[in-house]
Amino acid sequence: MRSALVAIGWCILVGAAAAQTLHTAASVSAADTPEDAGGSIDVAWEASPDEAGEVFEVLGYEVWRATSATGEYRKVADVEPGKKSYQITDATAETGVDYYYKVKVLGEAFGEKMDADTAPRGPVSASPQWFRAGRLNMLIASIILATFILLYISKARAGQKLFIRRIAGLEAVQEAVGRATEMGKPVLFVPGIADIDDIQTIASVTILGRVATMIAEYDAELLVPCARSLVMATAQEVVKEAYLEAGRPDAYHRENIRYLTDDQFGYVAGVDGIMLREKPAANFYLGTFYAESLILAETGHSIGAIQIAGTAMPSQLPFFIAACDYTLIGEELFAASAYLSREPRLLGSLLGQDWGKVLILAFIILGAVTAFVAQFGVEIGGYSINLAQLFEVK
Amino acid sequence: MRREIPMIVAFVAGVIIILEFFVPALTPVSSRIQNWYLVVVAFAILVGAFNLLRLNYMKVRHRRTDWPFAILLIVGFFTMALAGLIGGIDEGTAFDWLFNYFVYPMSSTMFALLAFFVASAAYRAFRARTVDSTLLLAAAFIVMLGQVPIGSIWVPSWWPFFLSPDWLKDRIMDIGNTAGQRAILIGASLGVVSTSLRILLGIERSYLGEE
Repeated sequence: MRSALVAIGWCILVGAAAAQTLHTAASVSAADTPEDAGGSIDVAWEASPDEAGEVFEVLGYEVWRATSATGEYRKVADVEPGKKSYQITDATAETGVDYYYKVKVLGEAFGEKMDADTAPRGPVSASPQWFRAGRLNMLIASIILATFILLYISKARAGQKLFIRRIAGLEAVQEAVGRATEMGKPVLFVPGIADIDDIQTIASVTILGRVATMIAEYDAELLVPCARSLVMATAQEVVKEAYLEAGRPDAYHRENIRYLTDDQFGYVAGVDGIMLREKPAANFYLGTFYAESLILAETGHSIGAIQIAGTAMPSQLPFFIAACDYTLIGEELFAASAYLSREPRLLGSLLGQDWGKVLILAFIILGAVTAFVAQFGVEIGGYSINLAQLFEVK
Repeated sequence: MRREIPMIVAFVAGVIIILEFFVPALTPVSSRIQNWYLVVVAFAILVGAFNLLRLNYMKVRHRRTDWPFAILLIVGFFTMALAGLIGGIDEGTAFDWLFNYFVYPMSSTMFALLAFFVASAAYRAFRARTVDSTLLLAAAFIVMLGQVPIGSIWVPSWWPFFLSPDWLKDRIMDIGNTAGQRAILIGASLGVVSTSLRILLGIERSYLGEE
């Protein structure tokens, strides 16, 4: 009797569920992904009302695509439930092809699985855009900065005398090379562990060119262990050209610019080995460094070498400052080649860069002041000014 | 032409990649240039491997300082290369075993040296000889005290909150340290723009060996 009642109750519940249908996803839209190179379409929808209901359990959503409204649909995405609204990017779309999209809700009630399709949305096609409007501020800032730099380069070209502040680390380069020459020991130049596509490595290689010319003139020995093959190949060419320019092609030894390994700590072991065997009198660490910075700098310190480091990695700078004699901090690394060359056009670019810094500083101060006023408001001559209200800052 | 062609290549590739940041339609061209770079890198690996083997062979041949280590390197190089080429690099292969039981422990050993070097560098940096190093020592002491549980345990209830190591540590890290790091990053970013412009416009030519 009891089991018969349970069976009847179960039938009533299943019947009630069957009487109700699973709701489809609401407000489905399909549109070309904005500010991209084409090849993708954004599909968005709001959750099925059944996600909040008690009869059905929504198991998920599927996004289906076809090239005609009544054509054969192909699944392009599975989406987990649990949000109020959803958006997926179909990155498999072809540029210029018309597509139709459907969103299928997958549900379950009393062990019965069911689904509900939306009507097709479309046609929609992917297309490339010509400008990323969201990056307009970056474009304006880049143009202003480039204008400053080019303006001061042209001023320098015209012969205007430019003042560049003294950078102690770069003043010490000549002293370091001279010391190595006097002691009859080599100079070790470590160009970091990043590849040549890293701007810090490029800056390092440009400095290597200047330092190598100096070394060739002083007739000292230069060692350049590299962690990347392409950096080695570039460094070999740069050093060869520097020796040629200094009129000392005979002093150039290709094998002194060598590849060790791509492995971070394998490279450190190799460079430490070179330091302990060759006992260089001057060590340069210029480029991108990570955890190996302190291991290298402390080993260099233990052999009594004069050490000049430079990196734009804020987390490694304290280690270099603690263990090296001179450290080029951030922008000084990028200024080094221009500073060492003393060429007016290159120095002009440094001055342009400084004016860019002044502009950014002005904007930071302006931002801080407006944020302060927006937060607390000010009263001037009986008038209360609250920027939060003025600009509707919430 | 030896200098002009690399300068033209640097200019064209650089300008396309910069423009692509603002113009999405250029993405396919930019991706192609970056793929070419990857092809060049792949071939450069062979150049690097050849350079490594040649120099170590010369070291053994001329019996230079520590030449037995060069033999070890050559043997290690071919063992790893052959293990990878013959058995693959998946889990459970000989290459995987060599990596897990030789390369990985050796890398970890080098990394572990950092602990000792931090101690020796900190000893030198934190000696209170000047005003700067005394400030550094005081800041480091407060931050370290604020980072460990005992730093806040010893503080009695009547102790002013603005003198507790925890509060001071947060102020030093969030205000002083963050401001300093951002200043470095802003300066470095401007340096990146300036260096890129100099190279693109052919003003910086030291990498081509010309003043």
